[in-house]
Amino acid sequence: MNVNRVAESLLALSQQEELVDLPKNCPLSENEDEGDSDRERKHQKLLEAISSLDGKNRRKLAERSEASLKVSEFNVSSEGSGEKLVLADLLEPVKTTSSLATVKKQLNRVKSKKVVELPLNKEKIEQIHREVAFGKTSQVLSKWDPIVLKNQQAEQLAFPLGKEQPAIAPIEHALSGWKARTPLEQEIFNLLHKNKQPVTDPLLTPMEKASLRAMSLEEAKMHRAELQRARALQSYYEAKARREKKIKSKKYHKVVKKGKARKASKELEQLQKVNPTVALEELEKFENARMMERMSLKHQNSGKWAKSKAIMAKYDLEARQAMQEQLAKNKELTQKLQVASEIEEEEGGTEEVEELLVPHVVNEVQMNVDGPNPWMLRSCTSDTREAATQEDPEQLPEPATHEVSESEGERPVAEEEISLRDFEERRSLRKRSELNQDAEPAGIQETKDSSSQEVLSELRALSQKLKENHQSRKQKASSEGTVPQVQREEPAPEEEVPLLLQRPERVQTLEELEELGKEDCFQNKELPRPVLEGQQSERTPNNRPDAPKEKKEKEQLIDVQNFLTTQSPSVRSLAVPTTIEELEDEEERDQRQMIKEAFAGDDVIRNFLKEKREAVEASTPKDVDLTLPGWGEWGGVGLKPSTKKRRQFLKAPEGPPRKDKNLPNVIISEKRNIHAAAHQVQVLPYPFTHHRQFERTIQTPVGSTWNTQRAFQKLTTPKVITKPGHIIKPIKAEDVGYRSSSRSDLSVIQWNPKQITTRHSKELKKNSVG
Amino acid sequence: MGEMETAPKPGRDVPPKKDKLQTKRKAQDPFPGPAPVPVEVVQKFCRIDKSRKLPRSKAKTRSRLEVAEAEEEETSIKAARSELLLAEEPGFLEGEDGEDTAKICQADIVEAVDIASAAKHFDLNLRQFGPYRLNYSRTGRHLAFGGRRGHVAALDWVTKKLMCEINVMEAVRDIRFLHSEALLAVAQNRWLHIYDNQGIELHCIRRCDRVTRLEFLPFHFLLATASETGFLTYLDVSVGKIVAALNARAGRLDVMSQNPYNAVIHLGHSNGTVSLWSPAMKEPLAKILCHRGGVRAVAVDSTGTYMATSGLDHQLKIFDLRGTYQPLSTRTLPHGAGHLAFSQRGLLVAGMGDVVNIWAGQGKGSPPSLEQPYLTHRLSGPVHGLQFCPFEDVLGVGHSGGVTSMLVPGAGEPNFDGLESNPYRSRKQRQEWEVKALLEKVPAELICLDPRALAEVDVISLEQGKKERIERLGYDPQGYDPEAKAPFQPKPKQKGRSSTASLVKRKRKVMDEEHRDKVRQSLQQQQQQQQQKEAKAKSTGARPSALDRFVR
Repeated sequence: MNVNRVAESLLALSQQEELVDLPKNCPLSENEDEGDSDRERKHQKLLEAISSLDGKNRRKLAERSEASLKVSEFNVSSEGSGEKLVLADLLEPVKTTSSLATVKKQLNRVKSKKVVELPLNKEKIEQIHREVAFGKTSQVLSKWDPIVLKNQQAEQLAFPLGKEQPAIAPIEHALSGWKARTPLEQEIFNLLHKNKQPVTDPLLTPMEKASLRAMSLEEAKMHRAELQRARALQSYYEAKARREKKIKSKKYHKVVKKGKARKASKELEQLQKVNPTVALEELEKFENARMMERMSLKHQNSGKWAKSKAIMAKYDLEARQAMQEQLAKNKELTQKLQVASEIEEEEGGTEEVEELLVPHVVNEVQMNVDGPNPWMLRSCTSDTREAATQEDPEQLPEPATHEVSESEGERPVAEEEISLRDFEERRSLRKRSELNQDAEPAGIQETKDSSSQEVLSELRALSQKLKENHQSRKQKASSEGTVPQVQREEPAPEEEVPLLLQRPERVQTLEELEELGKEDCFQNKELPRPVLEGQQSERTPNNRPDAPKEKKEKEQLIDVQNFLTTQSPSVRSLAVPTTIEELEDEEERDQRQMIKEAFAGDDVIRNFLKEKREAVEASTPKDVDLTLPGWGEWGGVGLKPSTKKRRQFLKAPEGPPRKDKNLPNVIISEKRNIHAAAHQVQVLPYPFTHHRQFERTIQTPVGSTWNTQRAFQKLTTPKVITKPGHIIKPIKAEDVGYRSSSRSDLSVIQWNPKQITTRHSKELKKNSVG
Repeated sequence: MGEMETAPKPGRDVPPKKDKLQTKRKAQDPFPGPAPVPVEVVQKFCRIDKSRKLPRSKAKTRSRLEVAEAEEEETSIKAARSELLLAEEPGFLEGEDGEDTAKICQADIVEAVDIASAAKHFDLNLRQFGPYRLNYSRTGRHLAFGGRRGHVAALDWVTKKLMCEINVMEAVRDIRFLHSEALLAVAQNRWLHIYDNQGIELHCIRRCDRVTRLEFLPFHFLLATASETGFLTYLDVSVGKIVAALNARAGRLDVMSQNPYNAVIHLGHSNGTVSLWSPAMKEPLAKILCHRGGVRAVAVDSTGTYMATSGLDHQLKIFDLRGTYQPLSTRTLPHGAGHLAFSQRGLLVAGMGDVVNIWAGQGKGSPPSLEQPYLTHRLSGPVHGLQFCPFEDVLGVGHSGGVTSMLVPGAGEPNFDGLESNPYRSRKQRQEWEVKALLEKVPAELICLDPRALAEVDVISLEQGKKERIERLGYDPQGYDPEAKAPFQPKPKQKGRSSTASLVKRKRKVMDEEHRDKVRQSLQQQQQQQQQKEAKAKSTGARPSALDRFVR
């Protein structure tokens, strides 16, 4: 409690200090030009004005502006000297001076104001922080206590901790053997059938199924957002293209064109290797370009520039070179490509045949080729944009258009193309499933305006990328939520029946427990005292072990002789054994017995008592005499060591009483069976403090010899079961029904003390300065 | 957690309820819930000794103890329920009102019983090879007997199929089956021999010479031999090693029996004592003075509770073996009993000359009352060997005229454990059992008077270990009290002030302060007590008069 209060006061104090900081710091900074007293005075006035702004009446310190001999603390000055004294003033009654009243007030205020406590030293503060943090942490962690306790006391723990899905038998299983019998039931069934309600196997109506298959709300939202993004990006691209188109620099365009041409040729080479059919189209385009070149007067050195160059060519080497280059270009452009033309001829001849042989895709491409120049259709992109099922983006090469749109960055385009391709494939798949019948006309239309398509596709690619980024961010955010879900779902379908539940249904064996059980029951009870039948009256009362406790000592003096010589009833009614028919050796033996009987008697008992005495003596520990006569006192013949000294004998400790102390006819060995002791428990396990407590827990036998099969299995169930091949994760708050807020709690704790310490350090600095 | 389960929940042991529709139609169950289990039967299976008080225990320990007790209760209830499966009931013999059962002779019994039982009574007239010793196998199916003049035979006595019959051409002192009927130990004049069930001699054990009596401890696989030379030798038949050879120091040993409860060997001596032996100890576990003359026969019942002895003083005594070793009943017999044996259900048989007497108790677990014999039978010769057949109401008697198998109703245990000793087991089952029994073999050194000692903590070692640990660590980690104040240790001060003298002074100061506190407290207590006493004395003193209220 005390600690908390101190911590609170500390916090309050540090806050106060911060508040006070501001006004204090201001004057310090302004005090740099001290020489100028006038400015300083003005500043002082300003400060006063400011301080008076807050409404409270502060005592104004009068300023002395003229020289005077008397400089007193009361600030008497002749500031008001210029004013005239009015008689009315003198007539007024003498009042208590207001200045003194204010002083009093201030004094009172000062008195009432408590002295700020000294800040604690660093060690103390840190200790307080630690204690507070410890308290909070232990409070946060204490919510796990019941779970830990429960797990410690649980008979069995199964890992991984995933909740087992309760195996609910599907309703159709339950209903399989059941038929409608009563009229009511039949009517209900009829109704169900009419409405196409499922009766047994499919639990969902067709409507429900359709709704399940339909797009979810989230998916639809995503889809819409994606379309919006695509539209926006397209408009950006269009704007960009328009801007580029307006560029008037010829050099720029020339460079662009050159680059495009170079790239196109390169691509063609590659295409010829990879995909000859596509290469053919490319060639077609080249052919077109050649025709255009031939028709036009470009590169014929007939333009304005060429003419000017021609004039300069005589003198300028560079101009000549430029002209030659242009001519070479012309030649290059107008030259007919040999291979391409051949293929073209063949194609022209067998077009109809090919239409049957070549796959559908190729046909489409050809249509594309034959169709109007895509450049012409650029304006009509808007109306064809939506239906965007592109069969294969590879078949819409149009290198020229490609170059225009992506002149600056070739690399990114390639990347985009790849991503775009899979995206389109996926999209097409989905669309196809939806509108199977519309697919072909759409495809035809698509291929016509491939150029616009290309732009669109690029836009899509971009949007796709954006979306991917977005999604990845989302995934990161939700990864904590989704991952465990997946794992929780994982074990469910397996539905492994724990081995322990599949107990073998074996017939329980008959167990010979009777003897053991009986023995135990009786062992604990008072042992039945021996009773000699019919002869009890003859015995001395001392002889009876039932005698009260006081007679115990006497009891030890039980006469063994008495014990043995008690007369026992002899059997008379028995069939007496015949001795007539006895064999000779039997007779001999009998004689020997007779002799033995004659000699048997007291010495047997005496011998036994002697033996017992010896055994008792052997088992009792001996005293050891360690007195040294003559040490510390007079010694010599006839002198005995004093009693005080004799008391120092090492007296052997008295052992536990012998087991046969009260049994005169028995000698029980007191020796310890060390071989058996090696098998006994020698260390107490943890929660037990006394050996008898632990003994109670191990007295029940566990083996199948002493238990029924069920009991045996239950007694030997493992404490922990793990499923092989499953990852066992540490326990989480969600697993036991808590919200996962423990982390945030902890973070609060970790953050708090830091803040306090920083404040504290500030305060310390101030202290050292002031 | 602490809830005790008195009866298994209905879902577990009771067969699950069928369809709800069916149960609705039916009438209500007249015996709802699990069947009640009689408390006495459950008590029989409870093994936790609750008579000894426990010291006060912590909550954690208490919960463990509660778990153990609940476990015990559950298992004992389960065991009590399975008693139902012990369907067979023991036989009995009842005379018509007032008739003494001892007067009923074997012929009458044989006439009364069914043919299968009647076939169990037979006589083997083997007068040629002298008095016979005999032994039944543990399952009670096989019988081996050996005559003093060398005749050894083993047979399946139920079917009367002879397994082997040989003459060892040497005096046979005793004969005993080993763990199964396939092996046979024969104590011959010189040495101990082991034969298989074909009569082929497998071993001749020369270290056991001049053996007079044999005992086999089935759970330890030990063959105990008592010899004329006064040695008790334990032979481990599973590994063929002599575990212990103990010198009894009491002359010739010819009286021996085993306690089936704890596998202790009882030896009778000529000085009237019976000594109890374990292979782990060089000296007898206990020595009981039983008779004034020499001991002629000893037998211990199957629960290990009672020992019957007979001596040269013609007395037959029954001793209690549960700690007191006092005779429970004594009877003087006209010639004394030469041989004694207990049956599985506690009948006692004594062979006196050519007569056998059988005494019965009130039931299982009670000592046989020696007042009235249950049955008597006269044989054709003096008795030389006696044994009740396990799981049968049959007593085998070996005598000079051969071997007699007589019917004793109520002698044998009616229910056998099919996994432990099955009389009807096949060869394959026997082999299976043999492996299992060998795996569960109990070490010889575990034989002691109280077989449950293994479930106890070795207190001496425990104390010793504790003492050593305290010595090593300097304090008791188990008796550590977290609230106990640590002894004051003065902190080191700045230089110059931390001299030893000042440290001691500071220490002394604190100590004195504590001492003063204690004294003050005790004084306060004393004063309070005195005040209380005075107050009491006042209150119990003279009654206040009515005028006391005016006293100021």
